[in-house]
Amino acid sequence: MVDDFILRALAAGIGVALIAGPLGCFVVWRRMAYFGDSLAHSALLGIALGLLYGININLGTVIVCAAFALLLVWLQQRRVLATDTLLGILAHAALSIGMVALSFLNNVSFDLYSYLFGDILTVRISDLYWIYGGGLMVIGLLILNWSSLTLMTLHEDLARAEGVNTVWANILLMLLMTIVVAVSIRIVGILLITSMLIIPAATARQLVTSPESMAIWAAVFGLIAVIAGISGSVEFDTPSGPSIVTAAAIMFALFSTFAVVRRRA
Amino acid sequence: MTDLLSANHISVYRDGKTILEDVSLSIGKQDFITIIGPNGAGKSMLLKCMMGFYAPSRGDVARREGLKIGYVPQRLVADHTVPIRVRRFLTLRKRAAKDALMKVAAETAIEEILDQPIHVLSGGELQRVLLARALLDDPDLLVLDEPAQNLDVTGQLAFYKLIEKIYAERDVSILMVSHDLHLVMSSTREVVCLYHHICCHGEPSMVTRDPEFISLFGNDMARLMAVYNHSHDHDHNHDEAAPLHDHGHSHDHEHMEKLDG
Repeated sequence: MVDDFILRALAAGIGVALIAGPLGCFVVWRRMAYFGDSLAHSALLGIALGLLYGININLGTVIVCAAFALLLVWLQQRRVLATDTLLGILAHAALSIGMVALSFLNNVSFDLYSYLFGDILTVRISDLYWIYGGGLMVIGLLILNWSSLTLMTLHEDLARAEGVNTVWANILLMLLMTIVVAVSIRIVGILLITSMLIIPAATARQLVTSPESMAIWAAVFGLIAVIAGISGSVEFDTPSGPSIVTAAAIMFALFSTFAVVRRRA
Repeated sequence: MTDLLSANHISVYRDGKTILEDVSLSIGKQDFITIIGPNGAGKSMLLKCMMGFYAPSRGDVARREGLKIGYVPQRLVADHTVPIRVRRFLTLRKRAAKDALMKVAAETAIEEILDQPIHVLSGGELQRVLLARALLDDPDLLVLDEPAQNLDVTGQLAFYKLIEKIYAERDVSILMVSHDLHLVMSSTREVVCLYHHICCHGEPSMVTRDPEFISLFGNDMARLMAVYNHSHDHDHNHDEAAPLHDHGHSHDHEHMEKLDG
């Protein structure tokens, strides 16, 4: 008999993989990896606020990350500083403020490690609602806007000329990432969320010739990594996030080698 | 109103600088207007305002109800990270019947490359793909922003000839920004010379004699234009490499008459 917590963790992980794969394609195409990392760092502030004020941690994270994304867009419009500078400032400020806030919580038992690297023991049924509710929203919005977002990725002005509201589309992508970050923390942890977005997508890139198939294969590779990682985590008592990412990285290495060999042949 | 698209006394000020000052421009049916001007003259800004990407500080842009614009950008930086074939790129956000797609592909000579990923295409092929995409909706107006900027001379010549052919065969108006003065002079009907304001406009041969044009581009350039015009005509009779040159007879003729007179 498989324990309930393992089933919950698997269900959560599968949900995360299915949304992170397709969205991760845009992270790879639009070079948003650093943005994803920064967003994840700011999630710590969300967790801190959630614990301090007793609001749901997922909700706290979504609010803080969304504020982070909108603040970034606003600062970008002013064009005074480069985006990576802005991200560096915002991410580390949010991380630090989050840590400072958490240090005021001495009466609550708080395992920082489990937030940084994920812990399958912490997955609750309510987290599953968040993952699948948020996930359906992400996938739905992604499918609805797929062509516009892909066109915008290839050429921003061309998309604008053909009626895509590119400012809104950019904000949409950021907010979708916000949701993914918030719902992935339990399983992969703050430090490793970006890898769930980019490693499966990067693995898929080596095999495909269309943007749609890249999204589907990214979801499949993410799924395999999650199942392998969580099984390993249960088996060897390793933290779930690093176990999943290790599985994803092995797959990436295998397919990269395969792609090189095939090109030579 | 017969205008398809018009800018009415638009001005753009940015960071305390005047980018455009009281520019009016209108494109009607069957017009072929080329905007020329030195770097930083505000050509792209004018186009951005006319396309509605950017709201002018003063003045307004009027667009005929239901106007279909096909936009061809300067270049498409084909990114290796995005796996996409030409056929899929053409139909992103567009619903095109198969024969409509094939017709446009034949028109722009891209049938052979429809199933190739876009990141392996040459500069000239990419521009033709962008042109094909712009033509798919059967637009009333083609807007081209320095469409041959990144091509070599042969490529530029072939691309402008293709534009000329499309203009001749379709019921389409053209608004183009171009650096390649000598190459567009022979195909365009009207030249607008822009340097923050409209310095002069009119038929190509008239514009090159305009004192404002001469002061902007220099006397040498004005004289050079005449030379280029001339050699260009000779050129495309010999040009076997360019695939789309046999339409040009009447056009050549026109120029010969001009030269004779």
